[in-house]
Amino acid sequence: MHEMSLAENIIQLIEDAALEQQFTQVITVWLEIGQLACVEKESLRFYFDVVTQDSIARQAKLEIIETAGQALCNQCKQDILIAAYHEACPHCGSYALQVTQGDEMRIKELEVR
Amino acid sequence: MCTTCGCSIGQTHINGKSMQLHQHSDRPLNYRPLKHSHAHEHNPMPAGTSHSSNSIHFGTGIAGTHAPGMSQARMVKIGRDILAKNNHYADENRRYLSEHGIFALNLVSSPGSGKTTLLVKTIEMLRGKLPIAVIEGDQQTDHDAARIRATGAPAIQINTGKGCHLDAHMIRHAIQQLPLQDNSLLFIENVGNLVCPSGFDLGEAHKVVTLSVTEGEDKPLKYPDMFYAADLMLLNKCDLLPHLTFDVELAIEYAHRIHPAMPVIQISATQGSGMPEWIDWIMSGCHSVATVKQDLKQSDSTFG
Repeated sequence: MHEMSLAENIIQLIEDAALEQQFTQVITVWLEIGQLACVEKESLRFYFDVVTQDSIARQAKLEIIETAGQALCNQCKQDILIAAYHEACPHCGSYALQVTQGDEMRIKELEVR
Repeated sequence: MCTTCGCSIGQTHINGKSMQLHQHSDRPLNYRPLKHSHAHEHNPMPAGTSHSSNSIHFGTGIAGTHAPGMSQARMVKIGRDILAKNNHYADENRRYLSEHGIFALNLVSSPGSGKTTLLVKTIEMLRGKLPIAVIEGDQQTDHDAARIRATGAPAIQINTGKGCHLDAHMIRHAIQQLPLQDNSLLFIENVGNLVCPSGFDLGEAHKVVTLSVTEGEDKPLKYPDMFYAADLMLLNKCDLLPHLTFDVELAIEYAHRIHPAMPVIQISATQGSGMPEWIDWIMSGCHSVATVKQDLKQSDSTFG
């Protein structure tokens, strides 16, 4: 359910940007969502449509770029890819991982006019 | 729901009173007017627009199309965290709390893990040691705040309406309304939900996740975000273990797969086992917050 809050946060940031950068219509919104971020993408798309209905981003296209989960294994010191927090290092089997990328949720850029 | 942007803040209540609608910018934001206003000059067609042939191409902008009188679309870099606003409020809360030496804990768990009972018992054990205040988060009712107030500690109830988590903006309002003393302890009992509260920083010192042994031991694997976000895990209702098939070692192993260094305290809030260790953990946090406040004061007087 927090995807609704995320969608509301997205539209707020877009409205701020609209005032700063002087645009009146948003055509496309690019998000960067990490593979490990606590976001259900389809739910976010649904709420994005609901929340943007009466806004500057009405009917804007939502593009979600998924960034891979990455971690540093504290045991064998290798950089590895992980798709979920509970995964073990594929090289040494350790769970002592330090996530270095993939938990972010960012608005990357907008296509506007 | 807020009629300006559709945010759900209108459903949020603090001690039964509706939280004020947030202010939208004075300048109206209009989406593209349906009628063309003709307020600007119509430029003549640009001649010889970079194409080598004699063609004039209006579709070279990023949108690849052209509407009469409309300028081409452009790209705007944002590069901001989606939760930037929440994080800004959380930073403000954190600064306020640290300046006043207030140790704030955000208690998270699924519904029914025993958070409120744990809080009541904790407050009783800490009575006389330091001032305590509580922010209670639930979708509806002020039952939990009433249970806390019965202990003598001030409590404020936030009802999130349909909301599934507390956010930093709600906490800021609650902090303003609570009688908070310097060098005190603030408990924030989040909405019972093992998913959504994980992503929302409230400005707390730590998230503390409670897992009860009447749940499955694989909860950490099923709801990894919360166990990743928490700095301490309390395994509650341990007095019931003789009647259950819950595997404590396995639950802790799973939690450590998600969050390797996370300390775990096995407790029974109702019977009292493990509670002294939990109280020690809280007190050591309070001491470090008080030290930070002292350092802040000293650096203020040095540079002020």
